[in-house]
Amino acid sequence: MAVFALVFLAPIAYSVYLSLFRTQLIGGTTFVGADNYVKALGDPQFWSAFGRVALFLVVQVPIMLFLALLVALAIDSGRLYGASFFRISVFLPYAVPAVVAALMWGFMYGTRFGLIGNLNDLLGVSLPDPLSSDLILASIGNIVTWEFVGYNMLILYSALRVVNPSLYEAAEMDGAGQLRIVWAIKLPALRGALLIATIFSIIGSFQLFNEPAILRDLAPNAITTYFTPNYYAYSLSFRGQQFNYSATVAIVMGVITMVIAYVVQLRGMRKGA
Amino acid sequence: MTATTSSATATAREPRAPRRGARGRAAAGPLVIRRRPRRNRRSVTLTVLTTVMLVYTLLPLAWLVINATKTQEGLFRSFGLWFDGDFALFDNIAGTFTYGGGIFTRWLLNTLLYVVVGAGGATLLATIAGYGLAKFDFPGKKAVFAVVIGAVAVPGTALAVPTFLMFSNMSLTNTPWAIIIPSLISPFGLYLMWTFASDAVPDEILESARVDGAREFQTFFRISLPLLAPGIVTVLLFTVVATWNNYFLPLIMLKDPDWYPLTLGLNSWNAQATTAGGEVIFNLVITGSLLTIVPLIAAFLLLQRYWQSGLAAGSVKG
Repeated sequence: MAVFALVFLAPIAYSVYLSLFRTQLIGGTTFVGADNYVKALGDPQFWSAFGRVALFLVVQVPIMLFLALLVALAIDSGRLYGASFFRISVFLPYAVPAVVAALMWGFMYGTRFGLIGNLNDLLGVSLPDPLSSDLILASIGNIVTWEFVGYNMLILYSALRVVNPSLYEAAEMDGAGQLRIVWAIKLPALRGALLIATIFSIIGSFQLFNEPAILRDLAPNAITTYFTPNYYAYSLSFRGQQFNYSATVAIVMGVITMVIAYVVQLRGMRKGA
Repeated sequence: MTATTSSATATAREPRAPRRGARGRAAAGPLVIRRRPRRNRRSVTLTVLTTVMLVYTLLPLAWLVINATKTQEGLFRSFGLWFDGDFALFDNIAGTFTYGGGIFTRWLLNTLLYVVVGAGGATLLATIAGYGLAKFDFPGKKAVFAVVIGAVAVPGTALAVPTFLMFSNMSLTNTPWAIIIPSLISPFGLYLMWTFASDAVPDEILESARVDGAREFQTFFRISLPLLAPGIVTVLLFTVVATWNNYFLPLIMLKDPDWYPLTLGLNSWNAQATTAGGEVIFNLVITGSLLTIVPLIAAFLLLQRYWQSGLAAGSVKG
């Protein structure tokens, strides 16, 4: 519990404390109350970063969860050849570090010795560059989907395993087809697991940092210092030395994340009741 | 949760056997129930569709393996998904371990240190705390539950910057402690252990052990620990992955490359290509990446049986 306090409670308290002050070269540290918060809420760079992860959340999370759901249902249907092989293989990318995943995809995206470059040479076409500023967010979305689709699939699959098979037998005797069984039995059984997966994905999207930070070496023009809120907080602290303002941005983002996760949880539970 | 150890599986299956027999006899009667008549029919279409997904997940890994066999020049001149004429895998592995005075070995050892102490410690704490929360009543238990659930929701990276500032005041940054201490806490592991312990260890067994005069520690080690094993393996695997793959925390905490873990080291090699005067060593970056993921993938494959049942228990409760 002492470690817990040191790692969780103390940093939160400390960052709240920091966020209330301003350090200047002349005049030292002064108490400024809520000034930093006012600044953050009116900061176009912060909102641009926030908008980017919000867009990412709205597009990437549903695609990833839908794919995970399809694979989980396919494996659970018992109609696949080699189901356990599929299960473990789709899950494997989860064991790959985000750094390696981003490097690997980054190389593959690259035009020099990546697959895109190969395809361009081979077909004599020029495909759009996935590392350009227009497509970089979609490219990152692809990396994140690749990393976590298997993990989410496994959560959903585990939830499907506990459904009593006699329910399926009863449904079949009543003349229900496979799609009807999926709709009427399996999807309701998955509600809890889907909720958990959604909440984790929301939290993950809002903290997006590793992939953009690593791809920045390969695509320095497409990724700004305020690409995601976390990256912005990081840049403020470690490039700009604005520790007080950085702590404020981190707190604002943390609060927004918790509120959204909480709202999703409440809505999910009410539907379940 | 039963099907965990081989003996448990056997006992769990036994009660089902007579039912199957009963069904066989019933087949002779008027009410004919075929056992899962349609669910066992294999579908080629579905297999093909799922294979598309499989290609998506495995293709990048295949790319990594193939390109780890190429020299720096080979990377540029050959097709990405096929081998180059020169097979340089072993040269690349040797190069990875010797480049920069064998710094890769140092990073590997650092990673092992962070994983063993950090993830091991996190698992130990999560097991003890999760077991305690699941099996003992004490005042304020609901409050603790709320805090743990809240902690799962707090973005880890939002804490990292303040933690850095705090640690730098305590002059802990740039030491291994800066990585190990934050790794010790795993709210998700605690949550998983808690739900797992509530299910896996029946209260009745604990009661009877207490009646027989066993002390709490004895009960824990003799009775509860073996029952908790699949949960412990699951939490251990997930904390190991989290620590092994950690990038953000070491990035802000460590300045000295001698303390880098593999992830940070690999990225610094990659960044050499864009810094002026840096040597381009993409072949070593790729081989190093492959070497970084092999131990984890091996661990996941070998311990499949344990973590799949452990994860199932956690998600069912959630």
